[in-house]
Amino acid sequence: MPYTKRFDGRKFDETRKIEAKVGVIEKADGSAYFAFGDTKAIAAVYGPRTLFPQHLQNPVKGRIRCNYDMMSFSVSERKRPGPGRRGQEISHVTEKALEPAVKLDNFPNCVIEVYILILQANAGTRTAGINAASLALAHAGLPMIDLVSSVSVGKIGGKLCVDLIKEEEDFKEKNGEKSATDIPVAFLPRLGKVSLLQLDGKISSKELSEALEMAQESCNKIYEVQKRTLKEAFKEWK
Amino acid sequence: MDHALYPNKNRIISAIERGKRLDERGLLKGRKIEVEDVVSKKAEGSARVRIGATEVVVGVKLDLQTPYTDSPDEGTMMVSVELTPLSSPDFEPGPPDIKAIEMARIVDRGIRESEVIDFKQLCVEKGEKVWCVFIDIYSINDDGNLLDASALAAILALRNAVIPKIEEKKVVYGELTSKKLPLRKDLPISTTVYKIGKELVLDPSIEEEKAADARLSVAITLPDNIHAMQKGGPATFTLEEIGKVVGIAFERTKEIKKDLKI
Repeated sequence: MPYTKRFDGRKFDETRKIEAKVGVIEKADGSAYFAFGDTKAIAAVYGPRTLFPQHLQNPVKGRIRCNYDMMSFSVSERKRPGPGRRGQEISHVTEKALEPAVKLDNFPNCVIEVYILILQANAGTRTAGINAASLALAHAGLPMIDLVSSVSVGKIGGKLCVDLIKEEEDFKEKNGEKSATDIPVAFLPRLGKVSLLQLDGKISSKELSEALEMAQESCNKIYEVQKRTLKEAFKEWK
Repeated sequence: MDHALYPNKNRIISAIERGKRLDERGLLKGRKIEVEDVVSKKAEGSARVRIGATEVVVGVKLDLQTPYTDSPDEGTMMVSVELTPLSSPDFEPGPPDIKAIEMARIVDRGIRESEVIDFKQLCVEKGEKVWCVFIDIYSINDDGNLLDASALAAILALRNAVIPKIEEKKVVYGELTSKKLPLRKDLPISTTVYKIGKELVLDPSIEEEKAADARLSVAITLPDNIHAMQKGGPATFTLEEIGKVVGIAFERTKEIKKDLKI
């Protein structure tokens, strides 16, 4: 079955409604909220502070330690609280997605803690989390060479789409065969470099490169929203 | 790994950027692959893979379980990776760390997304009993590129796996039937390309792997299907580099399939 109209009526290259805010957690050094429609993430940044246990310290470079988790009630079937294998992997890839944007050589022996919590999930939680975390890092005033903007692209019933929702991730052909490819991507938009790339499903190499270009375009739009959000928040400091 | 923690890094990068590798291979040339079928008679399926000095052993065990509620007529699978302390001075005893978890999930996605196992045929009694395929990967020696070795060994172990006998709804282990685990013909091959300095390198030794700043794994079935990808490491890729990596992975897949006749 060809996928001609999206479940929520969006254009194929259109993201859901984006909401972004910084400074949502007063006690944190930096914090942000980012939502793709129903997928809502908050992120808080603490640090840089001395890294313990000491044997993890790196004398030439600081490190980002990321903790991604979903609230137990953020999904239909209750998620057991605490980190599972999925959560640990997402924390790890998020760390690697954010790392190239931050000038970590300024903070030897230090850690920058990034906590991401998903309030409500409708696919794309890791990408929303990365967008929120990137905003929170900037909001904390850390030296960065770029922001990180992230979105998922995919091939749903043969059609390339941006910012998938749950129904699209679970899309099945009429014969019951699963027909969804999900590709979360993160860009350093100013540098045009990819810092996160995962894929599962089935896609040809030509379609992959088209999908990645779509992702880049979307990330550039998200980047503009992130910049606007930050400028708005720091308006008074002028 | 960082310069401060790995003093050889600069030397390796400068050699690689001059097109030189420690063992004088070309940058995109893999080491010799040796495979061995059936390393344990107790396992339903097993295999050993050596890539150069890197060695992994994979065993497949089957067990009856109740299916997930959203797929009552489908079998399930689970991949685990044990990075054993006997295989490297860098691994420590204890529960799987993030490196092992990530590896297991990369191998898992390659197998799951290529739909190489026909889970519908692993249903014994709808809603009650289905086969769960456990794929357990053990590292024996880590001389770099454990990821590709693990993914390959997992596929080979699945290929010789058979279904055990059932009597009165219980599994009778040790009595293997001649019924093969239902697999599709197109076996997925996973290839990881490492970025060392500015160069793309295939099948690194452990020294080279430690000098790499990023990697990209691609699981493929021929002629032109990409089923799983995962970027690792702190550095970035450009879109052009990603295109190159995908090209390299397709070449490598063809080569492996031809050499191993799978």
